[in-house]
Amino acid sequence: MRLADLPFPFESAPGPAAVGFAEVMADQWQVTAGRLRSAGATLVALWAADRRDLHDGFEIRAAYALEDGLACLRLSLPAEAPDYPDLGEHFPAAGRMQRAAFDLTGVAPLDPADGRPWLRHGAWPAGAHPLRRDVVARSVWPAVPDDYNFVSVSGDGVHEIPVGPVHAGTIEPGHFRFSVVGERVLRLEARLGYKHKGIEKRFESMTLDEGVALAGRVSGDSTVAFAWAYAMAVEQLTGATIPPRAAALRAMLLERERVASHLGDLGALGNDAGFAFGLAQFSRLKEDWLRLNARFWGHRYLMDRIVPGGLTDDLDDAHLPVLARQVHDLADEVARLRRIYDDHAGLQDRLRDCGVVSNDLAQRLGLTGLAARASGMAVDLRVGCAVPPYDGLDVRCATRPEGDVAARAAVRFDEVTESLRLIGLLAETLPDGPTRVAVPSARQGSCGIGRVEGWRGEVLVFVEAGADERIRRCHPHDPSWQNWPLLEHAILGNIVPDFPLINKSFNLSYSGVDL
Amino acid sequence: MQHILRQIARTGIVTEAYPEADESLRATTERLQREVLAAFDGALVIRHVDAGSCNGCELEIHAANNPYHNLEGLGIRFAASPRHADLLLVTGPVSRHMEEALKRTYDAMPAPKLVVAIGDCGCTGGIFGESYASCGRVSNVIPVDVAVPGCPPTPVAIMQGILTAIARAR
Ligand code: SF4
Repeated sequence: MRLADLPFPFESAPGPAAVGFAEVMADQWQVTAGRLRSAGATLVALWAADRRDLHDGFEIRAAYALEDGLACLRLSLPAEAPDYPDLGEHFPAAGRMQRAAFDLTGVAPLDPADGRPWLRHGAWPAGAHPLRRDVVARSVWPAVPDDYNFVSVSGDGVHEIPVGPVHAGTIEPGHFRFSVVGERVLRLEARLGYKHKGIEKRFESMTLDEGVALAGRVSGDSTVAFAWAYAMAVEQLTGATIPPRAAALRAMLLERERVASHLGDLGALGNDAGFAFGLAQFSRLKEDWLRLNARFWGHRYLMDRIVPGGLTDDLDDAHLPVLARQVHDLADEVARLRRIYDDHAGLQDRLRDCGVVSNDLAQRLGLTGLAARASGMAVDLRVGCAVPPYDGLDVRCATRPEGDVAARAAVRFDEVTESLRLIGLLAETLPDGPTRVAVPSARQGSCGIGRVEGWRGEVLVFVEAGADERIRRCHPHDPSWQNWPLLEHAILGNIVPDFPLINKSFNLSYSGVDL
Repeated sequence: MQHILRQIARTGIVTEAYPEADESLRATTERLQREVLAAFDGALVIRHVDAGSCNGCELEIHAANNPYHNLEGLGIRFAASPRHADLLLVTGPVSRHMEEALKRTYDAMPAPKLVVAIGDCGCTGGIFGESYASCGRVSNVIPVDVAVPGCPPTPVAIMQGILTAIARAR
């Protein structure tokens, strides 16, 4: 389905990203979702807002990816009964997003399949909703007991293994509840929300200019993707157009972030399969890569380089040959290591047929990004809804049909190669001109949405301007929302000791969804 | 196998010189007696807890273990259990949902124990600050010996922080 096929009027946002904003009625909310689903659209994000101070009750918004752009549907809800029809039937991924929206704003789906809290543990009581406008950010409630109802599995020889929130390695906190027979996993239930630190509330104390630094810290490993998506949203709502050189440099940063992350993951996957050589080699390559980031851009992870209007600093053209040489050398190194990985029977034995997500399941539950491509879904914003400079780069979308750990590793290898090609191309064709424009002032109430294909998948940021260039509402969305539930399926039938490997092959963000 | 060996030979040893301790990172005056610190004598076991970071600081802790920085080469390694640890490395502001888990981890460590807070968030609460969901800096929740600023701090700065914590007062 294309934007033009929507069965109601919508307002097209200005700028390169195709985004349509539409108001729908309560009776259309669910019906439209059903139609979108059967037409092949996917749910990208869902969030709510308190508008009672504007005498407008509450609102719930859902953003759907269509073939040629994004449709953002808004349903206005009465202050006294802010309920809306559940979207979970058409889009299973809506479940946790709806639970999070309820915890924060009190806006609830009618008869949801799962009514348990998601982001709320013990920091605030049921009945309190910290993202409501009349709650001050520094409110502190006495801790409430946190008793979450895990789904239990009973039967002969079934027992439970609870893991977390603190894990054995240097990784983010979350809780995993395994139900196993012997070593085989019958069920996995993840519970997240431990890292909830009030990011959306924090945005509301910031100006549109300040917000980009926080967006870049929603999930630090995707700082470029989030900062770009945020900047794109602000540029859309103010009508700013960034110069071609800024777009090209942003893409260079985004591809550098993708390469850094994939190198790290490829090393870690080797390590988790008992091949420490892989970790040593890939982490050495990653370190070289980060050091060049620090040298040319002043930050190893490229934080705070992208701002609304462009970038903070230009790149000295004298550096371009160095960049070109680096991508050339790295491509050789990665090709050599790939041969070693591919030829290593013991390693392949661990990676193949492990943690499988079939294409059918991936489609049904709405897997996205890198993991979706490894399950045979050709989804990549850089190809499908390309904004400059991607519209002129002819990006090759890497896919694999198998859906196992090996496929997720293979997609990473292919994407490193492709990103290196893109960086080389961008360096060769970098346009002259400015890298930043002044951003016009924002009209109160104007909204913008940015979407960027980060290394994990589609990152989306919604921004609504308030008075005096301030943020009224900002919702950042990480693709891990869609993919966490699939991890619970990928482990089924595998053994518990393979969980770290399967988990690593997805490498999902906790911070990005805990907000 | 021969490809692996050839790659190892081609790479050689890339580990760089280790940084020195940096007294300016010390958050509190020495909590441990010199003799105790002497007993660690470089063989240190670390437990890391992410109390609510953006995950940027974790990337640099991993990088401290890469072949260039080779933290393990100093006899410092990471343990899976707080019961085996001498030093607790904490990243992030402490989210209210992690407050309890962080305290429990700290309590589970055998005394004497050291705490190093990592990153602007660990030092001050950083960009997230204090709110209904965040307790802010690590020292609002457990005692901190050394605090390493940076967003994220570099691997070398993290190593300096750890070395400062175990360095004997001069
Ligand atoms: S200090 Fe910076 S990198 Fe570290 S957790 Fe805080 S925001 Fe993330």
